[in-house]
Amino acid sequence: MSAPNPLSATIAGIGFWTDGLPDWDAARAFALDGTRPESAPARPSPQLLAPNERRRAPGSVAVALEVAMVACRDAGIAPETLPSVFASTHGDLGITDYMCDTLATDPTAISPTKFHNSVHNAAAGYWTIGAGCTEATTALSAYDATFAQGLLEALMQLATGSPAVLLVAYDTASAGLLGTVTRSKGLLGAALVLVRDGDGPRLHATLRDGAELDPPGPLATHAQRNAMAQMLPLFDALATGGSRAMLRAGPHRALSLEIAHAAPAQATHAQAEQAHG
Amino acid sequence: MPEPLSPPPMPALAIRAFTATTALGRGNAAQAAALRERRGGLRRNDFGPTPLPTWIGRVEGVEDAPLPSALSRWECRNNRLAWLALQQNGVLAALETLVAKHGADRIALVVGTSTSSIGASEEGYARAETDADGVHRFPDDLARPIVHTPHSLGDFLQHATGLRGPCITVATACSSSAKVFAQAARMIEAGLVDAALVGGVDTLCGSVLFGFNALGLVSSERCRPFDATRDGLSLGEAGGFAVLERASEGDSGLQLRGYGESSDAHHMSAPHPEGLGATLAMRGALDRAGIDAAEVGYLNLHGTSTPANDSVEARAVDALFPATLHAGSTKGWTGHTLGAAGIVESVFALLALETGLLPGILDSTVRDPACGPQIRFDNAEADIRFAMNNSFGFGGNNCSLVFGKVAA
Repeated sequence: MSAPNPLSATIAGIGFWTDGLPDWDAARAFALDGTRPESAPARPSPQLLAPNERRRAPGSVAVALEVAMVACRDAGIAPETLPSVFASTHGDLGITDYMCDTLATDPTAISPTKFHNSVHNAAAGYWTIGAGCTEATTALSAYDATFAQGLLEALMQLATGSPAVLLVAYDTASAGLLGTVTRSKGLLGAALVLVRDGDGPRLHATLRDGAELDPPGPLATHAQRNAMAQMLPLFDALATGGSRAMLRAGPHRALSLEIAHAAPAQATHAQAEQAHG
Repeated sequence: MPEPLSPPPMPALAIRAFTATTALGRGNAAQAAALRERRGGLRRNDFGPTPLPTWIGRVEGVEDAPLPSALSRWECRNNRLAWLALQQNGVLAALETLVAKHGADRIALVVGTSTSSIGASEEGYARAETDADGVHRFPDDLARPIVHTPHSLGDFLQHATGLRGPCITVATACSSSAKVFAQAARMIEAGLVDAALVGGVDTLCGSVLFGFNALGLVSSERCRPFDATRDGLSLGEAGGFAVLERASEGDSGLQLRGYGESSDAHHMSAPHPEGLGATLAMRGALDRAGIDAAEVGYLNLHGTSTPANDSVEARAVDALFPATLHAGSTKGWTGHTLGAAGIVESVFALLALETGLLPGILDSTVRDPACGPQIRFDNAEADIRFAMNNSFGFGGNNCSLVFGKVAA
């Protein structure tokens, strides 16, 4: 058995959106004491896109761009300077349903826009175009280990030269006939700006054997039916000041995260520490 | 946060085995023979019930090659092609050696695809059934969630090979299986793993045939990359792999020497008009390899034969490389194999290093005025030290790779 590989990063910025909890403050409040916002928009409205594009954007693109922009703003880092990793289990399930359904009924009627939006890196493409970013971006999937593998790739980029990297993870609701085999409900997205050094919670990851997960926390329970709920153990820990989180990293592997919360320089972190006791 | 102007050189990675299976046949000998003899693999489109009038690069015999029964959970055209490609050119034997040396947890599996096994999802819709309660559903043989998700390919290969390191499916459209080399290189450089199986597989399906047709990018004739009269691409399918390991002191043979990745920040389905992203990717790969552009002997171009791509790419190449470079597109032989293009054309670059065969371009006759002296229609022979591959995808996603050869 090989030695574990310690990997570290500081979380410089966080973005979050899911149905009923449209930002990280709302998610944190919900995780700490069950508070829900009085009203929440039905879908994200990413300011990076022009108003007409914002309305037309597929759900996957809308949620990814919303959380990515907020995470960059939270980190105080210009989006165009960041290489990025986009992690999604299934991509945009509504578009996959559209493609398959149209092919079965009238294949020459395929919309060219829907076709180029069907690529797994559609959100990554819209992000780099909207942000004017010429840095590298990637889009990946690893089924129920998608978030852990996306996080590992972000950590690899830090380890091999990038001072900072944007990680975005999201999944959409399944639709149509595809929904009878691929189960995912609602819209969920989160983004982290990870830096090699700086202020913020410090992550320390270890890849290990086994796949035993902890019971779901408040956020993981709230969005449990979305395919990207696999990332929520980390976000529950970040919200509540928890010091560890376990993510599935493959059929026989887990990514164990230790989280050292920053000294309470910011009120938000101080609140999280207090709430955790 | 300022980025360094150019990335530092990367540690070289030894290539312990490599292979491609395309419309030219199964394995490297079939590829090399067809490239040398200028024998293309395109045929009139005979894929699916209502074939569009175009030409395709279809792999023979996939229909007659079911997966072994132990792997039947992953049964679909894309995973069949993955399995066929995996059996060629000693890839499995090289993996066995590396597993014995490093352990299965220390070997990553990073594979690229554009559409993975969406062909199975399309078939599920085409053959949908209605049950007694009037509920629409997939036929039982296709009600397998794993083949209806992008990681179908990575998950299949993980079970087929028994590798236990990080396993990822990269899906950045037509740059997918070039970017797998970069991701694996990072994991090896950072010490997360000691070796990696990389590659990519994409198969013909309705989504890409009718999708590219809807974008007006499909030719009704055989594609003609860099020809002034080109009018679109020919689609193809392929699979291929490479086995990478951290190079040891005194290693000879083929190596991955550099990678460059960039974004166009321009348009979802059209290249940057000045080739900004393409140039950044090629420069990045040269910088990581620590070599000058003049040292590259062969460049396998993205060269899709769409009107927009080829002139932009030709100008970017002309701005970066001296006239001595031999650059060509092999899409006329295989068709555009999309998410598999990165690995297939990396294999062609490796074959150029190994055999000295530098492919030109098939079926093109009239040079586009944008072509510099680097773009060669004829094949050539030369003993070269470095070869490159360009792969560019939708979303403006670009990757260039540099391969090298160390004499024994």
